[in-house]
Amino acid sequence: MSVLAPGSEAELAASIRSAWEAGEPLAIQGNGSKAAMLRPVQAARTLSARALAGISLYAPNELILEAGAGTTLAAVEAAVAAAGQQIIAEPPDLSALLGTEATQTIGGVVAANLSGPRRVAAGAMRDHLLGIRAVNGTGEVIRSGGRVLKNVTGLDLCKLLAGSHGTLGVLSAVTIKVLPAAQAWGTLVLAGLDARAAVAALSAGLGSPYGVSGAAFLPAAAAARVPALAGLGASAALVRIEEFADSVAYRTGRLREDLARFGRADLLDDATSRAVWRAVRDVTPLAGGPEETVWRVSVRPSAGPGVLEAAETAGGRGLLDWGGGLVWIAAPAAAAEAVMAAARAAGGTWMLMRAPETLRAVLPVVPPEPPALARLTRSVKAAFDPKGILNPGRLFAGV
Amino acid sequence: MIALPEPKAEVLARRDDIVAGLRSLLPADAVIAEAERLRPYETDGLTAYRQVPLAVVLPSTTEEVAAVMAFCHREGIRVVPRGAGTSLSGGALPLADAVVVGLMRLNGILSVDYADRVAVVQAGVTNIGITQRVQEEGFFYAPDPSSQLACMIGGNVNMNSGGAHCLKYGVTANNLLGLRIVTVEGETVEIGGAHLDAAGYDWLGLLTGSEGQLAIVTEVTVRILRSPEGARAMLAGFRANEVAGACVDAIISSGIIPVALEFMDRPAIHACEAFAHAGYPLDAEALLIIEVEGSVEEQDRLLGQIRTICERFDPVSLRVAQTAEESAAIWKGRKGAFGAVGRISPDYLCMDGTIPTSRLPEVLGRIGAMSREYGLQVANIFHAGDGNLHPLIMFDANDPVSMHKAEEFGADILKLCVEVGGCLTGEHGVGVEKRDLMDVQFTATELDQQRRIKSAFDPGWLLNPHKVFPLAAAAA
Ligand SMILES: Cc1cc2nc3c(=O)[nH]c(=O)nc-3n(C[C@H](O)[C@H](O)[C@H](O)COP(=O)(O)OP(=O)(O)OC[C@H]3O[C@@H](n4cnc5c(N)ncnc54)[C@H](O)[C@@H]3O)c2cc1C
Repeated sequence: MSVLAPGSEAELAASIRSAWEAGEPLAIQGNGSKAAMLRPVQAARTLSARALAGISLYAPNELILEAGAGTTLAAVEAAVAAAGQQIIAEPPDLSALLGTEATQTIGGVVAANLSGPRRVAAGAMRDHLLGIRAVNGTGEVIRSGGRVLKNVTGLDLCKLLAGSHGTLGVLSAVTIKVLPAAQAWGTLVLAGLDARAAVAALSAGLGSPYGVSGAAFLPAAAAARVPALAGLGASAALVRIEEFADSVAYRTGRLREDLARFGRADLLDDATSRAVWRAVRDVTPLAGGPEETVWRVSVRPSAGPGVLEAAETAGGRGLLDWGGGLVWIAAPAAAAEAVMAAARAAGGTWMLMRAPETLRAVLPVVPPEPPALARLTRSVKAAFDPKGILNPGRLFAGV
Repeated sequence: MIALPEPKAEVLARRDDIVAGLRSLLPADAVIAEAERLRPYETDGLTAYRQVPLAVVLPSTTEEVAAVMAFCHREGIRVVPRGAGTSLSGGALPLADAVVVGLMRLNGILSVDYADRVAVVQAGVTNIGITQRVQEEGFFYAPDPSSQLACMIGGNVNMNSGGAHCLKYGVTANNLLGLRIVTVEGETVEIGGAHLDAAGYDWLGLLTGSEGQLAIVTEVTVRILRSPEGARAMLAGFRANEVAGACVDAIISSGIIPVALEFMDRPAIHACEAFAHAGYPLDAEALLIIEVEGSVEEQDRLLGQIRTICERFDPVSLRVAQTAEESAAIWKGRKGAFGAVGRISPDYLCMDGTIPTSRLPEVLGRIGAMSREYGLQVANIFHAGDGNLHPLIMFDANDPVSMHKAEEFGADILKLCVEVGGCLTGEHGVGVEKRDLMDVQFTATELDQQRRIKSAFDPGWLLNPHKVFPLAAAAA
């Protein structure tokens, strides 16, 4: 499969323009780290944004950063870390989970709207996307948003393109809001709770005035795969505080009292906290083989334990993030119906993150939309990409 | 003056039939067609523009909204959705041939779930109504526009409204989980739910801030948050706008993000002080109101750090509130700012551009120069942390020359915002007011792209058709 990697936005536009003229579909990617996700795309050629790399603007005092879509996430994170800042949505590195060596790009993270544990408190990747430059399916350059923190001018194409997985336009550059990284981290661990009790504890933490920035539950099998938690020999409910050091001490102290009714809470120090939350963020405790399916289910937090239980009953393994609302599941292919049914029954949504290609081609990788929304999906797709050449079929068959 | 589209003569001619048709769908008191009862709906917060609509309907349920939409769609009648009508950009301004769909009777809070931290409310619930409902349990709904006593959540969603505390908590878009909408054809659709980050296209994100262009919102699922232990404000006055701007920079660069960081220039300070007697320093050229949250000790520590930073900028005044009452006194002037300016000048235009914060001194300087050129006074109030300016241009609406100059002045400010890398509107929306300036910010290609999305939802351009997009482009 040949890969086009235009080195400028103008070249990107020209490539898409000629594909449009020829009616030739393109598989869209950054470095391809998310190729295992969603439906396989049938396209003779791949168009990569990887050569559109580099940070074009970083103003720490204005809390903004603009980078070419092909800039690696690692490069962006290193630049902001050097100024004591961070991408607050905490995007995960799913390479172990998805079984890839490819390094992800900022454009890919935005296009997939991937966020980590801090999402529950501080918003998703799309919430911190201030501006985009993209090329639509006819080769036109479209900007939306800009480089300022507040902007409601016109329809919000930033949010629409975030999470559209390259099906509406190819991002050439993104501008994101960055925020100061907290001075210190502290994590309370409650060991041995079952999922329901754990989610009740996480909910109490998130409903406290102490600014909890992460709330996750690892069943015993998942906890055993995190070095700092393996010694527990039991499940782990985790509640994180990120603040100035004094505040971490104060707030974890108060929280420990509030959570006492759920059991004893131990405090993990800063370094251990960081390692544990990296594992939660990257979902490494569930990493398995290529024959497995990996699901990301989002439900109301109190419904998380039920979905987890359904997945376990069907032979899967899982963990809960976002206070119980995000259910990560690794399961044999045969569990697919059970997982989708549980998500549906809970009124939630799912995304198939990894599966053998034959399965990805036939399963609904995201929930099928009711007719009115399905119609809108098709007409909005046509409004960007009238010939359907950008990542055809990646989200829905035939779109 | 900004032009409104020609009413469709054919629709005006059928007025009586249309009203009868609406009456067949709704209870008698939910259809308004008498001239004197239509009057209250002729304008919104942009009072310079007025237009009595064909009729107003006040549905009480999603089903009634759907019936009205299906009827209007079938009959080819334009629809203007309306919440509380506080839009400052003319977003809810009617058209002579349009039916206004007022959502104020959809005012129920349908459910509150503290464990999952969500509330489902109808579109006509006021912004403050949500917080009032959940505050006894220690929760609140975060976006807090100054109009929060009146404005409704459906309006907030459609304007993607912000508030003084959005530096920390984000704007409306960042605090939503789901919507129930009625399409222009009258179909009811659920978007999202009580969970985060629904899969598929981000309809929630697209609909938020869509200014009534895409669908009618009848229900909203919002996130509710636990209130912090406490909050306290401080006030710092400086000798020059540049100095206050540099101090804002220094605070943000220190790694502290206050929950609120508000800026007022000299005319705004004087107007607010005369109105509210908040004890603002009249010898300051610029004033910052800074608020932090946490326990009392945490507040003390943060305010102490901020105070130390402020002291590096030779403040003419520094006041750290010691109590909630003192905090409220500091906020009192800022919160009454619009009323205060209203006392000095019978009419004012509230502009709403956003600029990169580093360009603040330059932009305020140029606004000052324009104010002298136009011979119109201006007071600047702005959300300093995020660069969202609110210049209040004072004029006399009874004097057509003054009104015209005020509009020109406002347009020049917004063009300046775009020129320095900002945008036309940070939170008040485009509406009719900034419609004809859209091509200052966007290329024709970009506007076409947005119009194609509008057409995907509303192929006949029946929903609020004279807003957001330049008229010529909209008609195309
Ligand atoms: C004194 C004052 C202070 C203000 N302060 C702020 C502030 O701090 N921050 C801020 O962001 N704004 C502020 N505003 C502007 C205004 O209050 C907001 O834009 C608010 O969200 C409008 O809500 P509303 O219910 O009045 O909506 P309306 O004015 O009735 O309508 C606003 C727009 O939304 C559409 N609409 C309304 N409801 C629906 C619905 N259910 N479905 C589809 N479309 C709908 C209308 O067609 C219109 O385009 C202020 C206004 C005033 C007068």
